[in-house]
Amino acid sequence: MEFFHTIIAILESTIRVSVPLIFAALAGLFTERAGVFDIGLEGKMLGAAFAAGAVAAVTGSVIMGLLAAILISVLLSLVHGYASITQRGSQIVSGVAINFIVAGSTVILGEAWFKQGGRTPALAGDARFQTVTFPFADAVKDVPIFGPIYSNLLSGHFILTYVAFLLVPFSWWILYRTRFGLRLRAVGENPGAVDTAGISVIWLRYRAVICCGILCGFAGAYLSLAMSAGFVKGMTAGKGYIALAALIFAKWRPVNIMLACLLFGFLDALAIRLQGNPLPLIGQVPVQLMQALPYILTVILLAGFIGKAIPPKAGGIPYVKER
Amino acid sequence: MSNPYAKLPGWAEYGLIPLVNLVVAFLVAGLVVLLVGENPLEAAYHMINGAFGRGEYIGFTLYYATTFIFTGLSVAVAFHAGLFNIGSEGQAYIGGIGVALACLWLDKTMPWFVVFPLAIVGSAAFGALWAFLPGWLQAKRGSHVVITTIMFNFIASSLMVYLLTRVLKPLGSMAPQTRTFEAGGQLPKLDWLMSIFGLDLGNSPFNVSFLLAILAAFGVWVLIWRTKLGYEMRTMGHSPSSARYAGIGEARITVIVMMISGGLAGLMALNPIMGEQYRMQLDFVQGAGFVGIAVALMGRSHPAGIIPAAILFGMLYQGGAEIAFEMPAISRDMIVIIQGLVILFAGALENMFRPAIGRAFASIGRRSAVAAQTRGA
Repeated sequence: MEFFHTIIAILESTIRVSVPLIFAALAGLFTERAGVFDIGLEGKMLGAAFAAGAVAAVTGSVIMGLLAAILISVLLSLVHGYASITQRGSQIVSGVAINFIVAGSTVILGEAWFKQGGRTPALAGDARFQTVTFPFADAVKDVPIFGPIYSNLLSGHFILTYVAFLLVPFSWWILYRTRFGLRLRAVGENPGAVDTAGISVIWLRYRAVICCGILCGFAGAYLSLAMSAGFVKGMTAGKGYIALAALIFAKWRPVNIMLACLLFGFLDALAIRLQGNPLPLIGQVPVQLMQALPYILTVILLAGFIGKAIPPKAGGIPYVKER
Repeated sequence: MSNPYAKLPGWAEYGLIPLVNLVVAFLVAGLVVLLVGENPLEAAYHMINGAFGRGEYIGFTLYYATTFIFTGLSVAVAFHAGLFNIGSEGQAYIGGIGVALACLWLDKTMPWFVVFPLAIVGSAAFGALWAFLPGWLQAKRGSHVVITTIMFNFIASSLMVYLLTRVLKPLGSMAPQTRTFEAGGQLPKLDWLMSIFGLDLGNSPFNVSFLLAILAAFGVWVLIWRTKLGYEMRTMGHSPSSARYAGIGEARITVIVMMISGGLAGLMALNPIMGEQYRMQLDFVQGAGFVGIAVALMGRSHPAGIIPAAILFGMLYQGGAEIAFEMPAISRDMIVIIQGLVILFAGALENMFRPAIGRAFASIGRRSAVAAQTRGA
């Protein structure tokens, strides 16, 4: 029973840490499927987390915080879009630039506005997302097996957590069952064909980039309004890159993305749990190895040793209409 | 790749456009300073004064510049072959192992000029090793070097935490770092070079590795523009299909270029480890690998451009510390913003002002042609 409770606890924290990864990886899915590579997920998420924390602290409203996060993230996406779609600059370079600009400015502005060493003021009450308790969660708590699963694992998360998991089938539906999704995928594989059909490649890619901005906004808002009570400098701590790794690991498919994010989240939760505790059969595993595992797995996958990850064909190439 | 823009004279291509991009980047940075409620001009004054006001400050500026020359060259070499090495950060970090091993082994028995060459070979070898895998994976297994090098940065960081907390740390010490090196592991400072200009180096760690950086810059120039390998690299960078048609082994070039790039990044470790701290500490690279991206973009991947660009970033780092001291609202994170803006305007948006400048040149050209005609008539 002790073991069972440990498992439940690890799975619960798995869900908690996977949520920002799911949002960010789905964000990456939309742009990369449209042929715009984005290594600026990290920066957008960080910018959104800062905007959410700052606005929620000032207005005291969690909704305003979320909207600010989305606004800032979309604006950053549009910068990326302008550089890589309109100006046909390097998408990688633009993403790197955004990561740095955000990393620096969140600290500078946060310190100037709130003077708390780069933090935003701690949020409480309506300024922060509250957890949702399912009906009868308390009543069934003591039922063996089912009780902990229902009341600890499924119930008691933030509303954004459920939104993240619902977005997975929703993204699948958009990408695979709507006209917009079909065109979006087409523009990532063969933009010339889409252009020939009389559809604007530029506008389609801009819409994909805006979708990415909205989702990164959710990811950032989750970090500073739900997971923690306020923004802390550098709080994304590489999550944007892990999300990128998850996106590749999932071979650019929505359901796989959820599974990859849960796997990487599980490794993270396990690493925290195992700190100092030896693992049965294997013995002491260095924490650093656990932390590096998502990256190592992604490299191995990319090398084609576990299946093959084939990126969208036109990814990373700016579209030049024939002249 | 086809270039849809009008051809500009060389000085405009390599001088004016980077300058315009840089000025725009600094103007936007100035806006951030305004947003914080400080005076941008005052900040600029403190920055320049803090970077060049005294011999000691200049020493620090050049110390930082040394680091950025190495990482800038590392990124630039890869650029020439059409590869984007974001992994200079991790390669420099791993390169530190080579420096530390050479120093820990011989610092008590040998003078610095014996340890230094070994450390050079060690750092370059470890850096090259860390770049070999991403290069090989791209060449043979088709995984993209951008993604793999990002992943390798994180793996390097975990690996180094492990090594410095478990393996390389002296017994009984708590801090995650190697022991302090004896005289053999300490590079001499360049006092004599500074005293030629009548400057006093003070406490600044400006050291011999600067000369190595200049040498490396020259070496890169020779490699890219004066060797067969460099020619093959540039061919591959401009047009992979024509390189293939010409019988240039793409896989071979990719691996070699990544190893050269990683080796140059690894050399960076000499400067902070043997030149300043005399031990290997956690996170000694401090983002220099990423600064290398900005330096390479600004220097247009040419050593003659990289050295001034590296000095400019050295100025930002040293002067930025001075701004943080004089104007507490502006911490050193301001440099990170400027770095990002330079990467954005000199890299991703490099063509933004090109059409306007091209038009200006075209109209000047027309006018002078007309003037010449009327004068002739």
